[in-house]
Amino acid sequence: MTAQSLTAAPVLSVRRLFVKLGVLPFFLLAALVLFSLLSPKFLTGQNLVNVARQSVYLVLVSMGQMLVLVSGGFDLSVGTSIALTSVVSALGMVWFAGLFPDAIWIAILFGALMGFGVALMVGLVNGVGIAYFDVSPFIMTLGVSSVGAGLALFLTGGVPVSDLPFEFGDTFGFGRVFGIPVPVLVAIVIIAVMWLLMARTRLGTQIYAVGGNIKAAHLSAINTRKALLFAYVICALIASLTGLLLTARVESGEANLGGTIALESIAACVIAGVSLRGGIGRVENVVLGAFFIVLVQNGMNLAQVSSYMQMVLLGALLILAVIFDQLRYRMLMSGS
Amino acid sequence: MTQPSLISTKHLTKHYPGVKALDGVDFDLHPGEVHVLFGENGAGKSTLISMLAGANAPTDGKIVLDGEEIAFESVADAQKKGVYTVFQEFSLIPTLSVAQNIFLGWEPLVGPFIDRRTMRARSREMLAELGFDIDPTEIVARLSRAQQQMVEITKAFHGDLKVLILDEPTASLTDREVDHLFDFVGRLKAEGVGIIYISHRIQEFARIADRVTVLRDGAKIGTVAMDQTSEDRLVEMMTGRAIDEIYPAIRHQPGETLLKVRNLKGIGVRDASFTVRAGEVLGVAGLVGSGKSRLFRTVMGLGTRLEGTVEYRSRSIADWPTRDIIQAGVYYLSPDRKAEGLDLAKSSRENLAVNLVMGGEGGGQSFFVKWDEVNAKASAISDKVELHPSYRQKPVAQLSGGNQQKVLFGKCFGQKAELFIFDEPTVGVDMGTRSALYRLIQELAEAGKAVVVISSDLPEVLNLAHRMIVLAHGHIAGELAGADMTEDQVLKLFFDESGVEK
Repeated sequence: MTAQSLTAAPVLSVRRLFVKLGVLPFFLLAALVLFSLLSPKFLTGQNLVNVARQSVYLVLVSMGQMLVLVSGGFDLSVGTSIALTSVVSALGMVWFAGLFPDAIWIAILFGALMGFGVALMVGLVNGVGIAYFDVSPFIMTLGVSSVGAGLALFLTGGVPVSDLPFEFGDTFGFGRVFGIPVPVLVAIVIIAVMWLLMARTRLGTQIYAVGGNIKAAHLSAINTRKALLFAYVICALIASLTGLLLTARVESGEANLGGTIALESIAACVIAGVSLRGGIGRVENVVLGAFFIVLVQNGMNLAQVSSYMQMVLLGALLILAVIFDQLRYRMLMSGS
Repeated sequence: MTQPSLISTKHLTKHYPGVKALDGVDFDLHPGEVHVLFGENGAGKSTLISMLAGANAPTDGKIVLDGEEIAFESVADAQKKGVYTVFQEFSLIPTLSVAQNIFLGWEPLVGPFIDRRTMRARSREMLAELGFDIDPTEIVARLSRAQQQMVEITKAFHGDLKVLILDEPTASLTDREVDHLFDFVGRLKAEGVGIIYISHRIQEFARIADRVTVLRDGAKIGTVAMDQTSEDRLVEMMTGRAIDEIYPAIRHQPGETLLKVRNLKGIGVRDASFTVRAGEVLGVAGLVGSGKSRLFRTVMGLGTRLEGTVEYRSRSIADWPTRDIIQAGVYYLSPDRKAEGLDLAKSSRENLAVNLVMGGEGGGQSFFVKWDEVNAKASAISDKVELHPSYRQKPVAQLSGGNQQKVLFGKCFGQKAELFIFDEPTVGVDMGTRSALYRLIQELAEAGKAVVVISSDLPEVLNLAHRMIVLAHGHIAGELAGADMTEDQVLKLFFDESGVEK
C-alpha cells in the first residue's frame, strides 16, 4: 500500500460517516471533549442522567418536527401548540375541578382533552393551509404561531393559570412508575411509536416519498394531501402532549411555555441528519440530536455561559448545521 | 475542400476525472453552412459545443477561428469574438420582461439611464423579424416553455454574429415556430453565418442540414453530406448497429378493450376519441405541442377535463383522482424522470419500494410493511430491468440517464397495472438501454397487457406500435394500422390543419 492511500482511507471513512449520519457524531464528540475540559462536573453519571431527563421535552417535540421536516415542510408553531395546550388545559382542569370537586381525575382528563382539542385545531389549520391551499409552510406556521400565541395570552390576560389539581403535577410532572419518571416513560412510548410509524408502516413510507419528490409520489398513487395533513396534525398533537407534561412540571398554565422550542427542535432534527429538503431522516438519530442540544445547554450552564449568550450560540449552531446539511446533500447527489 | 473554414477544431480532446468525454475530434464549419452534430446522449456533442462556446477549456487539441488559433476565456469572450451559443438550459431571468432579458448586459443607455423605449422597440423588431409572436413587455415567467425558447434564440441575434450554435433548439417548439426558425436560419446562411446545429431528429434537420458529423462515445465516426446519406445510414453510424437489431418484433394478440375515450375535451385537447386494447401496443405520435402528452395526462386526471367520457374496463374514471386511476390498474410513466419520476436522493431500492408498497406488496393493505418481501421484490425488478447490482445502493442522482430510466421503468412493475402509458420512454437514453427497455415493452404486450407508447421519436413509434394515433393541434388527426403506418402517412398527419381553431 502506498503512503497516499494510507492517509486517504481515514478521510474516506470520515466522509462516508458524514454522508450517512450527518454532522451529529462530530458535533457530539466535540461537545463532549469541550465541556469536559471546561467543567469537571460535566461528564459525571449524575449529570448525564440529569440531561437525559431534561431532554425529554425537546425529544418529544423533535419527533413531531421530524415528521413534518421529512414531509418536506417545517413547523414553527410547535411552541404555540405547547402554550395553547398549557393555558387551555389548565383553564379546563380548574373549571371542571370546580364543577366536580369529587372526581378530580375526570377533571384532569377533560382538561387534557381540551388541550389536545385546541392543538388538533392548530394542526388542522396548518395542514389544510399547506396541503390544500399550497401556502408555504414558513408563512402558514409563522402566521398560526402568532394567532395561537395571541389567543393564549388573551385567554389568560398574561397571568399564569394556577390552582391546578395537585394530582396532575404530582403524577405527570414528578411521578415515577417503577422508579422511572413519568415524562421519560411517555417519551419512550412516543419514540417507539414514531419509530414504528416511520420505519415499518405504509403511512411512514408515504411521508418519506412525499418529502422526497411530491410529484413522483402523486404519480405513485399516494394521497399527498392526506399525508401532509397527517404530518402537521401529529406534530401538533405531540407538541400538545409535551405541553401537558410541561404544565404538570411547572404546575400552572402558562402562555410563555415553549418559546424557543421551534428553533431548538428544528436544530435538533437538522443536526441529526434530517434534510430540510424533506424525505430524509431517522427517528433514532433525532432522539440523539435533541439529546445533543440539551447536552450543549447543560454544558454551557456548567461553564457559566450567560443565557443570552446561549441564544447566540444556539442560533449559530443551527445555521452551521444547515450549512453542513447542504454540503452533505451535495456529496450525496454527486457521489464524490 | 477549397472553401476556408470559419471555425475548426484539430484533435480536440476533453478529459473529466475518469472519463474521456471527447477524444481527438476534428471538426470544421464553413461560412454559410448548417453543420449538424448528431449522436446519442453522452456521445460528446455537448462537450464539443461547450468548448466552442467558451464554457469549457479543452484538455488537448486546438480551436481555430478565422485561420487563427484561439482560446476562449469565457462564454462572454466567445460572444465578443462572434460565436454565440443558444444552450438547452435557459439563461433567462424569469422575473424580468422579455425586452429586459434580450438586452441583458448590453442595455441601450440615455446618459446614465437605461433607455427602455428603445429596448422595447428593438425587441419588438427582433422578435417580428424571427416571426415570434411575443409581447416584449411580458414577464418571462408567464411565457410557455416554447416561448421562452424563442426569447433565448432571439437573444443570440445581436452583435457581430459569425458562428451560431443551436443546441436542440426545437425541443419545445411547435411546427410553425420551427418553420420560422428554419426560415431565419436560411437567411443567416445567406449572410454567410455558419451554424452548428445539435439535434437527434433526423426528419427535422434533414430540411436544413448541409453536412452532418456523427459522434459516438466521444469520438467522431464521420462527416457526411446530407444529400448523400440516408436516415438509416445515420442511425447506424450513431448507434453502431442496424435498425432491426434495436427494435424487437412484438407479437400482436389484441384482446379486450381496456380504455375507451370518447369526445374528450380538455385544455390543449380537442374532441379526442380512441381505444386501447389488451395485448397491443398503441403508438401516439405528434410534434411537440400537438397535445399527445396532454391527452394522456388528461386521461390520468393530471390535466383539466372539460367534456367527454373516459372508461377503463367499462367503468367511468373521468372524475377520479389520479391515485384511484393508478390503483385501478393504469400506470403512467412521466416523461420527466427528474421532476416527476424519481426521488433523486434515494437509492433505486427505496424508489421502487414506494410503488411496491402502494401496489399492495409486502403485507397487502395492512398497516405495517413487510420490508423483507418488498426488498426481495425490488431486487427482482432491478434484475428484470437489467440494473447492474453496483448501482442499486447509490442515490439515483448519481446514475446515468439510462440507468435512471431503468429505475423509472421498474416503478411500473411495482404497481399492479394492466394498462401502461409510457410517455417518452427513452428520452435521453443510450442505445443499449433503449433496446433493453423495448424488450420490456415487448414482454408486457406479449403477456397480454395494454401498452401505450407516446413518443416524439417517430422511428420508435413506427417500429413498436401495432396501431397508432397521430395528433396535431390538440386533436387526433388520424389513426393508422398495419401497412398504413409509414413515415409519409404520419408526416402528412403531423401537419394536418383540420384541428386548427377557426
